[in-house]
Amino acid sequence: MDTRTADEIQVPQQKTSWMEFVKTHFRDYGMLLSLLVIMLFFQVVTDGTLLRPLNLTNLVLQNSYIVIMALGMLLVIVAGHIDLSVGSIVGFVGGLAAMMMVRWGFDPVTTTIACLIVGGMIGAAQGYWVAYFKVPSFIVTLAGMLVFKGLTLALLGGMSVGPFPVGFQRLSSGFIPDMFGGEGFNYTALFLGVASVAAIIYFSFRSRANQLKHAVETAPFGLFLFKNALLAVLVVAFCYLMATYRGLPNVLVIMAVLIALYAFVTNRTTIGRRIYALGGNEKAAKLSGIKTERLTFLTFVNMGVLAGLAGLIFAARLNTATPKAGLGFELDVIAAVFIGGASATGGVGKVTGAVIGAFVMGVMNNGMSILGIGIDYQQVIKGLVLLAAVSLDVYNRKK
Amino acid sequence: MNAILEMRGITKTFPGVKALDNVNITVKAGEIHALVGENGAGKSTLMKVLSGVYPHGSYSGEIVYEGQERRFSGIADSEKLGIIIIHQELALVPLLSIAENIFLGNEQAQFGVIDWSVAFAKTKDLLKLVGLKESPDELITNLGVGKQQLVEIAKALSKKVKLLILDEPTASLNEKDSDALLNLLLRFKEQGISSILISHKLNEISKVADSITVLRDGGTVETLDCRAESISEDRIIRGMVGRTMEDRYPKREPKIGETIFQVENWSAYHPLHSHMQVVKNVNLNIRRGEIVGIAGLMGAGRTEFAMSLFGRSYGQNISGRVSLHGKEIDVSTVEKAVSNGIAYATEDRKTYGLVLAEDIRKNVTLAHLEGVSKNLVIDDIQELAVANDYRSKMRIRCSNVFQEAVNLSGGNQQKVVLSKWLFSDPEILILDEPTRGIDVGAKYEIYTIINRLADAGKGVLMISSEMPELLGMCDRIYVMNEGSLIAELDIAEASQEKIMHAIVKSGRR
Repeated sequence: MDTRTADEIQVPQQKTSWMEFVKTHFRDYGMLLSLLVIMLFFQVVTDGTLLRPLNLTNLVLQNSYIVIMALGMLLVIVAGHIDLSVGSIVGFVGGLAAMMMVRWGFDPVTTTIACLIVGGMIGAAQGYWVAYFKVPSFIVTLAGMLVFKGLTLALLGGMSVGPFPVGFQRLSSGFIPDMFGGEGFNYTALFLGVASVAAIIYFSFRSRANQLKHAVETAPFGLFLFKNALLAVLVVAFCYLMATYRGLPNVLVIMAVLIALYAFVTNRTTIGRRIYALGGNEKAAKLSGIKTERLTFLTFVNMGVLAGLAGLIFAARLNTATPKAGLGFELDVIAAVFIGGASATGGVGKVTGAVIGAFVMGVMNNGMSILGIGIDYQQVIKGLVLLAAVSLDVYNRKK
Repeated sequence: MNAILEMRGITKTFPGVKALDNVNITVKAGEIHALVGENGAGKSTLMKVLSGVYPHGSYSGEIVYEGQERRFSGIADSEKLGIIIIHQELALVPLLSIAENIFLGNEQAQFGVIDWSVAFAKTKDLLKLVGLKESPDELITNLGVGKQQLVEIAKALSKKVKLLILDEPTASLNEKDSDALLNLLLRFKEQGISSILISHKLNEISKVADSITVLRDGGTVETLDCRAESISEDRIIRGMVGRTMEDRYPKREPKIGETIFQVENWSAYHPLHSHMQVVKNVNLNIRRGEIVGIAGLMGAGRTEFAMSLFGRSYGQNISGRVSLHGKEIDVSTVEKAVSNGIAYATEDRKTYGLVLAEDIRKNVTLAHLEGVSKNLVIDDIQELAVANDYRSKMRIRCSNVFQEAVNLSGGNQQKVVLSKWLFSDPEILILDEPTRGIDVGAKYEIYTIINRLADAGKGVLMISSEMPELLGMCDRIYVMNEGSLIAELDIAEASQEKIMHAIVKSGRR
C-alpha cells in the first residue's frame, strides 16, 4: 500500500522535452499542420493565386457561413447528436429575410433580429423532440430538413427574391472602413491584426505564468515562443495581405468574435463542461445533477440561431434568396466538425478543430476551383479527404 | 501432475507504465488456480496476454500451453485451443435469447442456415450442466446478473473448454449464487477442466483454490500451494499488500448525535410496469456521525430505493417524505437533492459514476462545478488544486490528474467517484456497494474515508451485499427484502445469521 504522505504525492514539476511534448500533443497540432500543408500545396500548384488578397477575401466570404454553423454543430455533435436540417434552415431563413425586406418592407435591422429569433425557434422545435421526447436527432432533423426545404419553396413561391437594401448587403460584402484614411492600404486592418496578436500573446503569457506558478505541465518554453511567434506572423501577414486589398470584411470580424466566444464557452465555462460530460456519459452526467434534457434542448436552439445567422450572411452574399440556397450545406458543416477531430459518439471535439476542419474543406473547394477541377471530381476528392482525416484520427487514438 | 499452462517471464509495457514485469505462473492440469492481487497489480492484463487480446509480439516472454509454445494473435486462436475467458463485464447481447447468445459466432448452422432445434437442444443440455432452469429462448435482459454469469459459463462449455478463466465472477453475485458458481467450478475440476479464478473474495479462494499466485505491482510475489497446507486469508493478504493487515476494518469510536435525516413512507414503482411496487413504504433515519447499513439479497430493492430517493433517478409514482435536520427537503431532481445535501455514489461506476473519456480532474468537479467557478466561468487553476487535493487525500494512484478515468483501476475509479461526491459537500452520503470489485488494500482505504466522513458529523447510508463489510463498518443495519425494510438491528446484536434469518422469515410469509 502507498505509505507516502500527501506532500510526497504532489505533482512533480514536469520537464518535458520538445519531442515528447509534440508527440503527446500531436493531435492538437496535427490538424493545423495539415491545413498549412494543404494551403502550401494549393499556393504552389495555383502559382500563388490562393493567397492573393482578392482570393483570400473570397475564401473568407465563401466559408464564413460554414465556419459559423460548424461552431453550433460542434456543440450538437459533442452532446452526442447530429443536425441534418441546417442547410434547409439557411435556405428558409434567407427566404424569410428576402420576403420581409423586399416584399413586406421591413428594415434590415428588424429583419435580422426577427430572422435570428426564427432560427432559434426552429432549433427549439427540433430540440424539443430530441431532448424531451428522446426521438433520435438523426430522424428529427431529417424531418426538419424536408420540412424547411419545402417551406422555403412555398415561401418564395419557387422564385428568386432580391435584391436587398444596401445596408443588408454590407453584412456580407462590406468591409471595415479605414479610420486612418490610407490610400490603397487599409491601416485599420493591419491595426486590428496587430491588436489581436497583442491580446493573444498577452493572454497566453498570463496563462502560462499562472500555470507555472501552480506547477502545471506546460509546453517547453521554446515551443511556446515558437507557437506564439508563428501565430503572430500568420495573423499579421494575413491582415497585411487583406489591407492591401479592401481591408477586413465585416463577416470576418463576426466570425472571429464568434470563434473566440465559442472557444471560451467550451473550454472555460460550466455550460461547456456540462455539454462534454453529457456527450461523454449521459447517465453519469444526469446522476451528477446536470439537467441533460435542457442542455440538449439548448444546443439545438443555439444551432438554430447560428444556422439563421448563416442564412442571413449567405443571402446577403448572393444578394438574392433562392429556393435552392443552403442545399447540401449540412454535409460540409458536419464534415468540417469530423475532420476537426470530433467523435461521432459524442463527448470529444474542439472549436479550433471544427474551424480548421471548415477551412480545410474551404481551401480545397477554392483551390480546386482555381485549378479548374470539375464539381464532380471535387466531391470525390472531398469525400476521400473526409474519410482519410477521420480514419487517421481513429488510428491515432487507438495507438 | 502436468502443467497445462506455463507463462514465463511475461513483460508487458504500456506507454509510460510497466503493467507486467517478468511474471511467471504455472497452472497444473485439472486444478483451480487462484490469481490474486490488488487493483492494478496486473491480473487482468496477464489474462489478456494469455487469451490473445494482446497479441504475440506486443509483450515479451513465452506462453507454453499443453506442452507447446503458443503465439496467439487474437482471441480466436486461444479459444480454438480451449482457453476461454469470462470477463468481469459480461459480454452478452441483452436483446438476444440465451440460445442465440450461447452460439453467437459459433452458430449451429449448415450453409449459413441455423438449425434452431439443434441449438435449443444443446442449449438445454448446457443450461442443465450449469444449473439454470430458464428456457433457451428467454432474453438475456430478463435474467439477473447471477444467471447471466451462468449463461457465460454455459457458452464457454459449448466451446469445449479446457482452461476456463474467470475474472471476478462473483463480484456482483449474492452469496447463494456465488456458492452455486463455486460448486460448479469444483464439478468442472472433477471433469478435468482447469480454471484460473481471479477474485477479491478471499474466503471463496480459500474454499476452492488448489494453488494461489499472488501478483503485486506487476510482478509475481509468490505461489502458494493450498493442498500441502491450509492457507489463511491473512496469509494471502500479507502477500498481496506486502505487510500484515491487523484488521480489515479500521477502528472507529462512533460519536453519534441527534437524528439528522429521515425518510418516511417512501414508495416507488417499476419504471416500465407501473403496477409493480419496487420500494414499499420505507421508513428510515440516520443520526449525526452514524454509518447505517442496508443489507439484503440482490434484487431486494436497495439500489432502487436509493436511486428513487436521489432525484427520482429510478421508477415512477414516487411518494414519501424526506427531511434533513427536521425540515422537509425537495429531492425531486438530482440537482435539488445535491443542493439539499444528499449525495449518491452509484454501484455501477462505469455506467453511472464516471465520464470515462474525461480526466480525473473533470470527473471530480462535475457534480459541483459551482465550487470551482465564478459567474459560470471555470477557474482552471482552482479546479486543478481541488483535483490534486483529492488525489492526495484519497490516494488516487495516477500519473497526474489529467489521466483519463478509463485508464484507472477499479479501486482508483471508485476513489474518483467518492471524491466527486465529497466535493459536493453532502450532509448525507449514500454509498451503493462502495467496495465492489476492489482489492483489499483499496477497500481499507475506502473504509477509512467512510469513517472519516462519519467522524466529521455526516450521515452515511451504506448499501452492501457483503455482510461482513456491513457488520464491520456500520453502527446500525436495516435489512431489506422485496422492497420493504423487514428488520432493524443494532450493531451489538447484529450477525450474519440474524440478517439471513430475517430475510428467510420474511420470504416465507
